[in-house]
Amino acid sequence: MSNTVINIKNAVVSYREDVALRGVSLKVKSGEFVGIVGPNGAGKTTLLTIVNGLGHLLHGQVTVLGHRLTRGNGHFLRKRVGYVAQVQNIDPRMPLSVREVVMIGRYGLLGLLRRPGKRDWKVVDEALELVGMNHLARRPIGHLSGGEQQRVALARCLAQEPELFLLDEPTASLDWRARIDILELVRLVHDSRHLTTMFVTHDLGSLPLACDRVVLMKEGLIWGEGSPSEVLTNEKLSQLYDIPISAVKERRRGTILA
Amino acid sequence: MDLSIFSYQFMQNAILAAFLGGIACATIGVFVVLMHMPFIGVCMAHAAFAGALLGLWLDFNPLIGAFAFSLLSAAIVGPLADRGQLSPETSVGVIFSLMLGLAFLFMGLMPGTKSGALELLWGSILTNTRSDIIFLGIVTIVVVGVVFIFYKEIQATIFHRDMALAVGIPATIILYGILFLTGATITVTLRSIGGLLIFSLILNPAAAAYQLTYSLKRMFLLAAGFGVLSGWMGLLFSYLFNIPSGATIVVTSSVIFMIAAVFSPKRKVKGWQQKLLVGEGQ
Repeated sequence: MSNTVINIKNAVVSYREDVALRGVSLKVKSGEFVGIVGPNGAGKTTLLTIVNGLGHLLHGQVTVLGHRLTRGNGHFLRKRVGYVAQVQNIDPRMPLSVREVVMIGRYGLLGLLRRPGKRDWKVVDEALELVGMNHLARRPIGHLSGGEQQRVALARCLAQEPELFLLDEPTASLDWRARIDILELVRLVHDSRHLTTMFVTHDLGSLPLACDRVVLMKEGLIWGEGSPSEVLTNEKLSQLYDIPISAVKERRRGTILA
Repeated sequence: MDLSIFSYQFMQNAILAAFLGGIACATIGVFVVLMHMPFIGVCMAHAAFAGALLGLWLDFNPLIGAFAFSLLSAAIVGPLADRGQLSPETSVGVIFSLMLGLAFLFMGLMPGTKSGALELLWGSILTNTRSDIIFLGIVTIVVVGVVFIFYKEIQATIFHRDMALAVGIPATIILYGILFLTGATITVTLRSIGGLLIFSLILNPAAAAYQLTYSLKRMFLLAAGFGVLSGWMGLLFSYLFNIPSGATIVVTSSVIFMIAAVFSPKRKVKGWQQKLLVGEGQ
């Protein structure tokens, strides 16, 4: 398929005795928004790390943006892949401003020995504006709330001008309001920058409403995939999370997926 | 006050050593403070001491032994902590105690007087030769040059190593480069400050600068300034009160840190926030 930007074939990843991925194959098309859902320990984060080259394959192959990932080319490809993780524990006295942290997103693109120029700062300021953080640009990064820090992480990704957008539980530990804001922002970024997005979460309430496709993962395997309405049924979720259907119904009541 | 002492060659060498060592140690200290790795630094300092003693015992250049041992300790501790095979505290603790054990073993095996060994333990900035100063100067220029050239990569790695890796920065190479420079800096300042005290001169000026600014560039400059100030004031006090120079330099750097901590604007912000919270609660 010509517009496939991520092609994972039979990937096996192991951390010492634990097998994190047990022969996973997945294709993601350009412009797709794919939600990856599953319980803790399902291999969701590992799946993202083999896409950005930070995870090492024991077996199988991964092709990203037309390049087969090897140990040698990972950091070149990462310049084209935006990655947002969970809220980080940042030292409140860290001597870096919000604007400087967003600029870090451009450092890989700039390469060694090149300093950021006017255009780079313009890109940074535009990214901060898009995520609504311009007014806090000069504030020390450690003084922000969790929700604000995730907005900054999104701005850093935008400043990177990536082609792929990987999000690993970006709303974990955020309050309800901050979670909704971040989810809306993620979708806005995906649409406005025409990105291909993979969004990992264990929490169904944190899955963006407008996913094109949902992939279910359990015990290092892809357990099901399809459109949200096909896949996110009470029966399948009950089996995925090993809880009775009645409990799934109860928990989904009142959430955005209900 | 008779300051004619400062016209002597040995004192001028000491002033230069305090200047160069202050800058190099404090610059390394910024990495140590911001990357939360003070124990790796302590471990490398004691390893350097053990390596230098091995050199004295087996009659080869102690600086070569110091450099090799400090790098060896970093090469063991770094990957162990990196791969999560052992917690950083455990691996550092094991290597630290091994290095201290080796240091005293080499000292015990050394025939004759132990004056050379004790000099490495306490330091003697007044015995620096011109070649020591040249060596120290080269390392200082390399340390400052690396920070200047790779500032943005260092900034990203200091902030968050995994994030730096995720945007395509070779953060692991940067980390090991920093450990290499730490080893080199400890080695060339070992004779001046001493194996037991050197780490204070790395940590204190940077920790003092950390109290005073939210700008990384300013932190590097302030730390270097405090490092030099500690060295020069320590030398002056050591001369005025006829007390050991290495120890006086370290005590001076500790006093600078305490003053910075007391007058830290970061502390005031916290106090102000607390007052506000108390006010809101009432």
